[in-house]
Amino acid sequence: MAFRAAVVTFPGSNCDRDMAVAIEQVSGSAPIRVWHGDAQLPDGLDFIALPGGFSYGDYLRSGAMAANSPIMREIVRAAERGVPVLGVCNGFQVLTEARLLPGALMRNAGQTFICRNVGLKVENTQSIFTSGYDAGQEISIPVAHHDGNFFADNDTLDRIEGDGRVAFRYMENCNGSQRDIAGVLNAAGNVLGMMPHPERAVDAAHGGTDGLALFESAIRSLADA
Amino acid sequence: MKVRVLVSLKPGVLDPQGRAVHHALEGLGFSGVESARIGRTIDLDVADDTTDEALTEMCEKLLANTVIENYRIEKLD
Repeated sequence: MAFRAAVVTFPGSNCDRDMAVAIEQVSGSAPIRVWHGDAQLPDGLDFIALPGGFSYGDYLRSGAMAANSPIMREIVRAAERGVPVLGVCNGFQVLTEARLLPGALMRNAGQTFICRNVGLKVENTQSIFTSGYDAGQEISIPVAHHDGNFFADNDTLDRIEGDGRVAFRYMENCNGSQRDIAGVLNAAGNVLGMMPHPERAVDAAHGGTDGLALFESAIRSLADA
Repeated sequence: MKVRVLVSLKPGVLDPQGRAVHHALEGLGFSGVESARIGRTIDLDVADDTTDEALTEMCEKLLANTVIENYRIEKLD
Protein backbone atom coordinates (compact mmCIF):
# COMPACT_ATOMS: atom_id res chain seq x y z
CA MET A 1 0.00 0.00 0.00
CA ALA A 2 1.44 3.33 -1.02
CA PHE A 3 2.20 5.79 1.74
CA ARG A 4 -0.09 8.75 1.13
CA ALA A 5 1.54 11.87 2.55
CA ALA A 6 0.97 15.58 2.06
CA VAL A 7 3.50 18.39 2.38
CA VAL A 8 1.99 21.82 2.93
CA THR A 9 3.53 24.91 1.36
CA PHE A 10 2.87 28.33 2.86
CA PRO A 11 4.12 31.53 1.26
CA GLY A 12 7.66 31.67 2.61
CA SER A 13 8.10 27.94 3.24
CA ASN A 14 11.57 26.91 2.08
CA CYS A 15 12.01 23.34 3.31
CA ASP A 16 8.91 21.95 1.60
CA ARG A 17 10.87 20.38 -1.24
CA ASP A 18 13.44 18.86 1.13
CA MET A 19 10.61 17.40 3.18
CA ALA A 20 8.93 15.94 0.09
CA VAL A 21 12.22 14.45 -1.14
CA ALA A 22 12.90 12.86 2.27
CA ILE A 23 9.42 11.34 2.50
CA GLU A 24 9.64 9.98 -1.04
CA GLN A 25 13.11 8.58 -0.41
CA VAL A 26 11.94 6.65 2.63
CA SER A 27 8.41 5.69 1.56
CA GLY A 28 8.87 5.26 -2.19
CA SER A 29 5.84 7.47 -2.85
CA ALA A 30 5.99 11.15 -3.76
CA PRO A 31 3.90 13.21 -1.31
CA ILE A 32 1.01 15.33 -2.54
CA ARG A 33 1.91 19.01 -2.43
CA VAL A 34 -0.76 21.14 -0.77
CA TRP A 35 -1.03 24.94 -0.92
CA HIS A 36 -1.88 27.04 2.13
CA GLY A 37 -4.95 28.52 0.47
CA ASP A 38 -6.48 25.15 -0.37
CA ALA A 39 -9.78 24.71 1.40
CA GLN A 40 -9.50 20.93 1.55
CA LEU A 41 -6.89 18.27 2.14
CA PRO A 42 -6.67 15.26 -0.18
CA ASP A 43 -8.70 12.27 1.05
CA GLY A 44 -7.22 9.36 2.94
CA LEU A 45 -3.93 10.91 4.05
CA ASP A 46 -1.53 8.79 6.10
CA PHE A 47 0.77 11.65 7.06
CA ILE A 48 0.88 15.45 6.92
CA ALA A 49 4.11 17.45 7.10
CA LEU A 50 4.42 21.17 7.81
CA PRO A 51 7.87 22.23 6.60
CA GLY A 52 10.39 24.78 7.76
CA GLY A 53 10.78 28.27 6.40
CA PHE A 54 9.49 31.72 7.15
CA SER A 55 5.78 31.54 6.39
CA TYR A 56 4.30 34.99 5.76
CA GLY A 57 7.69 36.50 6.51
CA ASP A 58 7.27 35.67 10.22
CA TYR A 59 4.87 38.63 10.39
CA LEU A 60 3.38 39.26 13.85
CA ARG A 61 4.97 36.09 15.32
CA SER A 62 6.63 33.11 13.65
CA GLY A 63 3.84 30.82 12.45
CA ALA A 64 1.00 33.08 13.58
CA MET A 65 -0.36 33.93 10.16
CA ALA A 66 0.05 30.41 8.75
CA ALA A 67 -1.82 29.00 11.75
CA ASN A 68 -4.87 30.93 10.54
CA SER A 69 -4.63 29.99 6.87
CA PRO A 70 -7.49 28.04 5.24
CA ILE A 71 -5.63 24.71 5.06
CA MET A 72 -4.86 24.80 8.79
CA ARG A 73 -8.54 24.46 9.67
CA GLU A 74 -8.49 21.17 7.76
CA ILE A 75 -5.21 20.09 9.34
CA VAL A 76 -6.59 20.72 12.83
CA ARG A 77 -9.57 18.50 11.97
CA ALA A 78 -7.30 15.81 10.50
CA ALA A 79 -5.09 15.89 13.60
CA GLU A 80 -8.17 15.49 15.79
CA ARG A 81 -9.11 12.42 13.73
CA GLY A 82 -5.67 10.97 14.50
CA VAL A 83 -3.81 11.59 11.23
CA PRO A 84 -0.07 11.86 12.01
CA VAL A 85 1.14 15.47 11.66
CA LEU A 86 4.83 16.42 11.73
CA GLY A 87 5.86 20.06 12.03
CA VAL A 88 9.53 20.91 11.62
CA CYS A 89 11.00 24.29 12.55
CA ASN A 90 8.49 26.82 11.18
CA GLY A 91 6.05 23.89 11.03
CA PHE A 92 6.53 23.46 14.82
CA GLN A 93 5.89 27.18 15.30
CA VAL A 94 2.70 26.88 13.22
CA LEU A 95 1.50 23.90 15.30
CA THR A 96 1.96 25.80 18.57
CA GLU A 97 0.22 28.88 17.17
CA ALA A 98 -2.63 26.63 16.00
CA ARG A 99 -2.75 25.23 19.57
CA LEU A 100 -2.23 21.69 18.36
CA LEU A 101 0.87 21.64 20.55
CA PRO A 102 1.55 23.35 23.89
CA GLY A 103 3.96 26.21 24.46
CA ALA A 104 5.46 28.78 22.15
CA LEU A 105 8.75 29.26 20.26
CA MET A 106 10.44 32.50 21.23
CA ARG A 107 13.53 34.32 20.00
CA ASN A 108 16.71 32.33 20.70
CA ALA A 109 18.13 33.30 24.07
CA GLY A 110 21.43 34.24 22.42
CA GLN A 111 19.61 36.47 19.90
CA THR A 112 21.44 34.91 16.96
CA PHE A 113 20.27 32.69 14.11
CA ILE A 114 21.72 29.21 14.67
CA CYS A 115 22.53 26.97 11.70
CA ARG A 116 24.51 23.84 12.54
CA ASN A 117 24.22 20.25 13.67
CA VAL A 118 23.14 19.68 17.27
CA GLY A 119 23.13 16.58 19.42
CA LEU A 120 19.72 15.33 20.51
CA LYS A 121 18.70 12.65 22.95
CA VAL A 122 15.67 10.57 21.99
CA GLU A 123 13.45 10.70 25.07
CA ASN A 124 10.36 8.84 23.88
CA THR A 125 10.65 5.75 21.70
CA GLN A 126 7.00 4.73 21.95
CA SER A 127 5.57 7.31 19.54
CA ILE A 128 4.69 6.69 15.90
CA PHE A 129 7.50 9.11 14.98
CA THR A 130 10.25 7.76 17.24
CA SER A 131 9.70 4.00 17.60
CA GLY A 132 12.64 3.34 15.27
CA TYR A 133 15.13 4.91 17.68
CA ASP A 134 16.61 3.25 20.74
CA ALA A 135 15.74 4.60 24.18
CA GLY A 136 18.20 7.32 25.10
CA GLN A 137 19.82 7.19 21.67
CA GLU A 138 21.99 10.19 20.86
CA ILE A 139 21.59 11.56 17.36
CA SER A 140 22.86 14.51 15.37
CA ILE A 141 20.36 16.61 13.40
CA PRO A 142 20.75 20.09 11.85
CA VAL A 143 18.99 23.14 13.28
CA ALA A 144 18.48 26.41 11.40
CA HIS A 145 16.34 28.90 13.29
CA HIS A 146 16.10 32.25 15.01
CA ASP A 147 12.95 31.52 17.03
CA GLY A 148 13.46 28.09 18.54
CA ASN A 149 13.42 28.89 22.23
CA PHE A 150 10.66 26.63 23.56
CA PHE A 151 8.66 28.22 26.35
CA ALA A 152 5.76 26.93 28.42
CA ASP A 153 4.73 27.60 32.01
CA ASN A 154 5.99 25.20 34.67
CA ASP A 155 2.67 23.40 35.07
CA THR A 156 2.57 22.69 31.34
CA LEU A 157 6.21 21.57 31.34
CA ASP A 158 5.56 19.22 34.28
CA ARG A 159 2.54 17.80 32.51
CA ILE A 160 4.22 17.14 29.17
CA GLU A 161 7.26 15.62 30.88
CA GLY A 162 5.06 13.52 33.17
CA ASP A 163 3.09 12.22 30.20
CA GLY A 164 6.24 11.31 28.27
CA ARG A 165 5.47 13.86 25.57
CA VAL A 166 9.03 15.15 25.20
CA ALA A 167 10.23 13.38 22.04
CA PHE A 168 13.71 14.92 21.83
CA ARG A 169 15.93 17.00 24.10
CA TYR A 170 18.98 19.05 23.16
CA MET A 171 22.16 17.56 24.56
CA GLU A 172 23.54 21.06 24.40
CA ASN A 173 20.85 23.73 24.80
CA CYS A 174 21.55 25.94 21.78
CA ASN A 175 18.58 28.32 22.04
CA GLY A 176 17.46 28.63 25.66
CA SER A 177 14.57 26.16 25.41
CA GLN A 178 12.92 25.31 28.71
CA ARG A 179 14.17 21.95 30.02
CA ASP A 180 16.18 21.44 26.80
CA ILE A 181 13.03 20.49 24.89
CA ALA A 182 13.64 20.14 21.15
CA GLY A 183 10.54 18.19 20.14
CA VAL A 184 7.15 17.69 21.77
CA LEU A 185 4.13 15.47 21.12
CA ASN A 186 0.43 16.22 21.59
CA ALA A 187 -1.57 14.31 24.19
CA ALA A 188 -2.79 11.75 21.66
CA GLY A 189 0.73 11.23 20.30
CA ASN A 190 -0.13 11.81 16.64
CA VAL A 191 1.26 15.35 16.36
CA LEU A 192 4.99 16.04 16.70
CA GLY A 193 6.68 19.42 16.53
CA MET A 194 10.46 19.76 16.54
CA MET A 195 12.92 22.53 15.75
CA PRO A 196 15.70 20.31 14.32
CA HIS A 197 15.35 19.20 10.69
CA PRO A 198 15.20 15.39 10.28
CA GLU A 199 14.60 15.83 6.54
CA ARG A 200 18.09 17.32 6.28
CA ALA A 201 19.67 14.14 7.65
CA VAL A 202 18.44 11.33 5.41
CA ASP A 203 21.40 10.87 3.06
CA ALA A 204 25.09 10.34 3.69
CA ALA A 205 25.70 13.34 1.43
CA HIS A 206 23.81 15.47 4.01
CA GLY A 207 26.54 14.63 6.51
CA GLY A 208 24.37 12.21 8.45
CA THR A 209 21.35 9.94 8.30
CA ASP A 210 19.98 10.20 11.84
CA GLY A 211 16.70 11.62 10.53
CA LEU A 212 15.84 8.48 8.56
CA ALA A 213 14.47 6.56 11.54
CA LEU A 214 11.82 9.23 12.13
CA PHE A 215 10.27 8.78 8.70
CA GLU A 216 10.76 5.02 8.82
CA SER A 217 8.97 4.91 12.17
CA ALA A 218 5.96 6.77 10.79
CA ILE A 219 5.74 4.52 7.75
CA ARG A 220 6.16 1.35 9.79
CA SER A 221 3.50 2.37 12.31
CA LEU A 222 1.07 2.86 9.45
CA ALA A 223 1.91 -0.56 8.00
CA ASP A 224 1.45 -2.16 11.44
CA ALA A 225 -1.85 -0.41 12.09
CA MET B 1 -13.13 53.95 15.77
CA LYS B 2 -9.42 53.91 16.44
CA VAL B 3 -8.26 51.17 18.77
CA ARG B 4 -4.78 50.54 20.06
CA VAL B 5 -3.77 47.04 21.16
CA LEU B 6 -0.69 46.83 23.35
CA VAL B 7 0.92 43.41 23.47
CA SER B 8 3.56 42.69 26.09
CA LEU B 9 5.40 39.61 27.30
CA LYS B 10 3.96 38.12 30.46
CA PRO B 11 5.92 38.75 33.64
CA GLY B 12 8.44 35.97 34.10
CA VAL B 13 8.85 35.29 30.39
CA LEU B 14 12.47 35.93 29.48
CA ASP B 15 12.88 38.85 27.06
CA PRO B 16 16.41 38.64 25.60
CA GLN B 17 15.80 41.66 23.37
CA GLY B 18 14.66 43.75 26.32
CA ARG B 19 17.69 42.64 28.29
CA ALA B 20 20.01 43.61 25.45
CA VAL B 21 18.35 47.04 25.27
CA HIS B 22 18.71 47.40 29.03
CA HIS B 23 22.44 46.67 28.80
CA ALA B 24 22.79 49.09 25.87
CA LEU B 25 21.15 51.88 27.90
CA GLU B 26 23.57 51.20 30.74
CA GLY B 27 26.41 51.24 28.21
CA LEU B 28 25.29 54.71 27.11
CA GLY B 29 25.67 55.87 30.69
CA PHE B 30 22.02 56.02 31.72
CA SER B 31 21.96 54.93 35.32
CA GLY B 32 18.95 53.80 37.29
CA VAL B 33 17.29 51.81 34.51
CA GLU B 34 15.97 48.74 36.32
CA SER B 35 14.84 46.78 33.28
CA ALA B 36 13.52 47.04 29.72
CA ARG B 37 10.78 44.90 28.21
CA ILE B 38 9.86 45.06 24.54
CA GLY B 39 6.27 44.81 23.36
CA ARG B 40 4.25 45.60 20.29
CA THR B 41 1.61 48.17 19.39
CA ILE B 42 -1.10 47.39 16.87
CA ASP B 43 -3.33 50.29 15.80
CA LEU B 44 -6.67 49.26 14.36
CA ASP B 45 -9.27 51.33 12.57
CA VAL B 46 -12.51 49.45 13.08
CA ALA B 47 -16.22 50.06 12.51
CA ASP B 48 -17.79 52.13 15.28
CA ASP B 49 -20.15 49.32 16.22
CA THR B 50 -17.33 46.83 16.82
CA THR B 51 -18.05 45.18 20.15
CA ASP B 52 -15.63 44.73 23.02
CA GLU B 53 -16.17 41.00 22.66
CA ALA B 54 -15.04 41.14 19.03
CA LEU B 55 -11.92 43.11 19.96
CA THR B 56 -11.11 40.63 22.70
CA GLU B 57 -11.56 37.76 20.25
CA MET B 58 -9.18 39.43 17.78
CA CYS B 59 -6.55 39.59 20.50
CA GLU B 60 -7.10 36.04 21.73
CA LYS B 61 -7.17 34.48 18.26
CA LEU B 62 -4.40 36.37 16.51
CA LEU B 63 -2.95 39.59 17.85
CA ALA B 64 -1.47 38.10 21.02
CA ASN B 65 -0.20 34.63 21.83
CA THR B 66 -1.65 34.23 25.30
CA VAL B 67 0.82 31.47 26.13
CA ILE B 68 3.52 34.12 26.42
CA GLU B 69 1.84 37.51 26.00
CA ASN B 70 -0.64 39.80 27.72
CA TYR B 71 -2.64 42.40 25.83
CA ARG B 72 -4.45 45.62 26.62
CA ILE B 73 -7.09 47.24 24.42
CA GLU B 74 -7.32 51.05 24.40
CA LYS B 75 -9.98 53.01 22.54
CA LEU B 76 -8.38 56.17 21.20
CA ASP B 77 -11.50 58.16 20.29
